Amino acid sequence: MSARLRILVSEADFDPGAELAALEALPGGAVASFTGLVRDDGGLAALHLDHYPGMTQRQIEAIAAKAMARWPLLGITIIHRHGTMAVGERIVFVGTTSSHRTAALESCAFLIDWLKVSAPFWKQAIGRDGAREWIEARPDDDARAEGWGGV
Amino acid sequence: MARLKILYFAWVRERIGTGEEAIERPEAGTTIAALLDRLGRTSAAHAEAFRDRARLRAALDQRFVPLDAPIGAADELAIFPPVTGG
Repeated sequence: MSARLRILVSEADFDPGAELAALEALPGGAVASFTGLVRDDGGLAALHLDHYPGMTQRQIEAIAAKAMARWPLLGITIIHRHGTMAVGERIVFVGTTSSHRTAALESCAFLIDWLKVSAPFWKQAIGRDGAREWIEARPDDDARAEGWGGV
Repeated sequence: MARLKILYFAWVRERIGTGEEAIERPEAGTTIAALLDRLGRTSAAHAEAFRDRARLRAALDQRFVPLDAPIGAADELAIFPPVTGG
């Protein structure tokens, strides 16, 4: 089965409503999504995301191909921003659609777990005092992705 | 001589002071780790950036590889910290 695949890596904000509507227009009947935003961690003003432009698209396509091989999906939308985003701004969107709610929900969780550990993005925290600090990777993110097994 | 483009990201780029440099592609069989040793001897900034190998990851021609991978005929090497997207 081949799913409609939309991948967007951009500095620009996106409209989750429009993205969901596009997935709903496909004939699946079950749509799941995840939106990640810049969390107010106390003292944080913004996040800056660095990325590896040539590799990012390739890695996201590879992750999407794994999801398509594993679940009967009709559509996948993955949007990941880079650049600087203030607290409360959207960073990432994953949407999936299928004829089966389990497939939509599970593949959505799978995609965001794998994006975190295999897409070449790096977050830098910018404090309200202007201080900048690169965020360290979390071992439990690796464990979550590997928990899906068999990829 | 074939050239090898080396890209740096996140704090690796900041410590080295540039996001990109090009060198002569090392002889066949040279691993990424061996190249980092060699580059570390060329400047204090490189030495500092490459000091803790457990904090570094690599990609050859835009595919993740371990640091002990041979560079082979790759055109592009990237050195960066573990990714933190999503």
